[in-house]
Formats: sequence, C-alpha cells, structure tokens
Amino acid sequence: MSAQALEVVADGTALQARGLRKVFGSGDDATVALDGVDLDIRAGEFVTVVGASGCGKSTLLNIFAGLDAPTSGTVWTATKPALMFQDATLLPWLTAQRNVELALKLRGVPRAQRAERARQLLDVVRLTGWEDKRPHELSGGMRQRVSLARCLAQDTSIVLMDEPLGALDAMTRDHLHDEIESVVQEQNLTVVFVTHNMREAVRLGDRVILMGSRPGRIVYETVIDLPHPRLMDSTGVAERAADLTTRLKAGKAYLEGADS
Amino acid sequence: MSASVLTPNVEKPAPVRSGAGWAPHMWAWIWPKALAILLVLAVWQLVYWSGWRPAYVFPSPIETLSQLGTMVQTERFWSAMGTTVIRAIGGFALALVIGTMIGILVARITPLRLAIGSLITGLQTMPSIAWFPLAILLFGLDEQAILFVVVLGAAPSIANGVISGIDNVPPAFTRLGRVLGAGPVAQYRDIVLPAALPTYVSGLTQGWAFAWRSLMAGELLVIIAEKPSLGAQLEFARQFSQAPTLLATMLVILILGMVVDGLFSSAARSLRRRRGLEVDSS
Ligand SMILES: Nc1ncnc2c1ncn2[C@@H]1O[C@H](COP(=O)(O)OP(=O)(O)OP(=O)(O)O)[C@@H](O)[C@H]1O
Ligand SMILES: [Mg+2]
Repeated sequence: MSAQALEVVADGTALQARGLRKVFGSGDDATVALDGVDLDIRAGEFVTVVGASGCGKSTLLNIFAGLDAPTSGTVWTATKPALMFQDATLLPWLTAQRNVELALKLRGVPRAQRAERARQLLDVVRLTGWEDKRPHELSGGMRQRVSLARCLAQDTSIVLMDEPLGALDAMTRDHLHDEIESVVQEQNLTVVFVTHNMREAVRLGDRVILMGSRPGRIVYETVIDLPHPRLMDSTGVAERAADLTTRLKAGKAYLEGADS
Repeated sequence: MSASVLTPNVEKPAPVRSGAGWAPHMWAWIWPKALAILLVLAVWQLVYWSGWRPAYVFPSPIETLSQLGTMVQTERFWSAMGTTVIRAIGGFALALVIGTMIGILVARITPLRLAIGSLITGLQTMPSIAWFPLAILLFGLDEQAILFVVVLGAAPSIANGVISGIDNVPPAFTRLGRVLGAGPVAQYRDIVLPAALPTYVSGLTQGWAFAWRSLMAGELLVIIAEKPSLGAQLEFARQFSQAPTLLATMLVILILGMVVDGLFSSAARSLRRRRGLEVDSS
C-alpha cells in the first residue's frame, strides 16, 4: 500500500490495484494464484467478478481487504473495506444476533444501539425470528445471510463479497439482490462481488470482470449498461450472460482485440 | 425492494418443544451409574464373604456404609472435610490464576514459549508427591507446603490448556477479527479467548484432577496437629486399625473428586453443545 508507487489516485476512485502478483508456496510447489492484475474501481461502482473455481478470486479479495500481502504489486483503497468471506465464518459461540453485534461493537457503536441495529440488519436478510440461534442451528444459506448482515454492519463504503449468495434458493436470492442493490444505492457503496453465476453478475454489476486461471488474471471486462431494475431472467440479462460465458470459455483468446 | 404478495421464503423458527422429556432423560443418565455402583458393592461383598482378609482389616460394604453414616454425624468429620475442601479450593484457585497467566504469556511471547513451553509439559509428567520433600524443606510441615505442591500439580495442566486452546484457534477466526477491525485487545477478548474456552475447560478439568491427587498426598504426608483433614483421618484410621473409618473416608474422597470432576465435565459438555461440537442426543 505504499503511496509513492501509485500515480496520484484520481478523485472518485475507491480502489486501485497495479501489477498484483501472488505466489503461494515456493520452488516446485509454487502456485501462481494471481499475475499482472490491474484494476481501477470508481467510488459507487458495482463490480462483479466471474471466473473458474481456483482462478484466484478469493485471493484477490483477501489482498484487497488487506488480509494477505501481494507477492508484488500495490493496492490502494480509499477506506478499509468490509469483506464477506466465502464460507460464512460465523463465530460458533455467538448467536446470529451477537455475531452481527460483534461487527458493530468492533467499530465502536455504543452498546445501547447495537441490538436494535443488528435486528434491523437481520431483518434485511429475512432472518427475523432466528436471532437467538447459534450458527450450527442454521442452514448453510441462513449462515450466509447472517454473514451478509454482519458485512453490512461494518458500515464502510467499500464492500468485498465472496460468493455471498451461492447457497441460496432462487427466490431468496432474488430478494437479496433487491436488498443489496437498495442498500448499495442508499449508502453509495463501492462493491466487488464474486460469483459463479454469470446472470447474477450481469444482473448486479455496473461492470463485469472475467478472470482466467493459471495464473489468475483478468481476461475480459465489460460495462453493463442495461437499464435498472434488472431481472435475472430477463432476455437482456440472459443474452449478455450467454455472451460473457462464451468469452469466459474461450478465455485467453479474448484477452486482446475483443470489444463488447 | 418490491412488495411481493407471495413471500413463502420468510422463515420462522419452529416452536420449541418443551417439558415432557425431562424425567426419562434423568433416568437414562442415572441407571448406568446406579448399576455400576451396585456391581462394585456386589463384588466387594463377594470378596468379603470369600474370607480373603479378616473382617477387621477388610470390612463389608454394609459395615463401611454404616460407619459412613455415623461419621457424617460427627463434628470432627465436617471440620476435616472443611479443611480439605478449603485447601482444595484455595490451591486450585491459585493454580488457576498462575496457570492462566503463564499460559497466556507463553502463548503470546515466542521466546518464552521456546524457553519454557516444553518445560510446562514436562512438569505435567512429574509426580506431585516427588515435590513434597522439597516443599517440606522449604516451608516446614505447614499449610504452605501443601499449597505449594497443589499449585505445582495443577498449574501446568491449566497453562497447557490455555496454550493449546490459543494455538488451535482457527486462523479464519482471527482473520475475521482483522476484517472487523479488532485491535490486539479486542482480538483476544472477542475472538481468541472465547475460541480457546473449550480447551481451557479441559485443562481445568485435568488441573483439578492433579490438584486433588496432590492434596491427598500432601495431607497424608503433612499432618498438622489440631487440624483434622480427610488425609489425616485416613492416616489415623490406618494407625489405629479402624478399617471401616478408613474405607468410609476413602469413599468420601472418591465422591468429592467425582462430583467436582462431574461439574467440570458438564460445563465442558454444555460449552461444546452450544457450539454445535457435540451431537445433542436427547
Ligand atoms: N493459503 C494458500 N496456500 C496455498 N495455495 C493457496 C492458498 N490460497 C489459495 N491457494 C491457491 O490459489 C489458487 C486460487 O485460490 P482462490 O481461493 O483464490 O480461488 P477462487 O477463485 O476463489 O476459487 P473458488 O471459486 O473455488 O472459490 C488456487 O489454486 C489455490 O490452490
Ligand atoms: Mg473463492
């Protein structure tokens, strides 16, 4: 995060990455998880990231969140981002309510306001009535939703989400798309959202980024200018998703010379 | 968000079933223990009947239990038990404080871990009775000698519980703490220590077992005049060949140890159950 290494960050930029490279292990065992990733994200932009399993999406978000250092390259973020982990990572000794409250506590929200705010957030993810359950008493999708509520509790302007809706049924997912969209608009959040579902990426994203594997890198990106509100099943979304899926499958071939 | 008429996926928890199942649960818990006790008494009675040892050194269960019955009516017994229990609580509490502090320091400070980490495990294998000659040299035949050995017996297990509890905190949890913006203090208070709690409680359980054993060894060796204790009572019963009193006192020691151990175990179980680490069999 050394400031000198970057050119002056333009106003309105929320996140900037230059020449990111991440290597795990060393010698023969080394895995190049990311190589040559450059990315600029404007404040208020909703960026979705799609790529094959193991291509380095989680690694990228962990670096953005400041959890892992890149092997080389630099990252600059306007504020400390919130990260929603791929596996919900709820604390097993706390109830759903307390898990959300912990995020509030750690950012200094006075005790008196925490309970009420946590309840509101759990209501957003449709878990009213489940506040007092512990993580092991919740389903996988419910745990993801608690994790989403906790992520929103962090109240920062940059939010990184790692496959947040992967384990949900279509109806709950659609609902949460609407909720995420309205929260993001209300609070003018900058979002990086990783998903395996191309339609979801098109449905939510102002911009979709496709990542290729070995080494993980950005192979294609495009602005989605479809009008809002969008629906997962609308023809517009479906067509763009189909087009992007073809490009992702073709992978490297589209790296150069492709225009959308 | 759109107001939808159909919201079938708004989940509500099912009402919790309550009452009813309590008595059968208790019974399922009690009967194996009751059966075990009956079996022990039966074997004891059989050995007694076999005439393996004369009745004045090996009394029957009935004689022993009736001696226990008279014993618990004497003031001397309760004062002996009081001394022993107070020593146990005092020693264990001191071991708890010292063990916990050493555990946290060793877990946090790498050079300290390299220096005394393995020593702590080594101390655990040291039979506590081997400390007594030194303790008696240092403190004389006195309370402090007993306290010294009880603490030395229990503290390493407690420290080890802290250390392995902290070592085994899943990295995902500490990473979560960092994402949520926890400083070093909050990271410990809200993430690391609660995550380490079940292992810590196992350490306490083991520490208690060591404390209790050390205390009994101490009370047999360090007999303080005018200060009746369960250990001293054992020793006197032997000297005056009061076999029923001896066995009755042993029973009391066994039961006390088991009751406290049961408290620790049930605390550990309920901790694990609340975290979904143990299948709820009810
Ligand atoms: N801590 C680690 N140590 C070693 N290798 C790692 C580590 N974390 C990730 N990797 C490797 O880096 C590569 C990228 O992993 P990453 O988790 O970022 O993939 P992903 O795109 O998030 O995949 P998925 O969609 O399945 O979640 C993988 O090959 C993985 O094996
Ligand atoms: Mg991943």
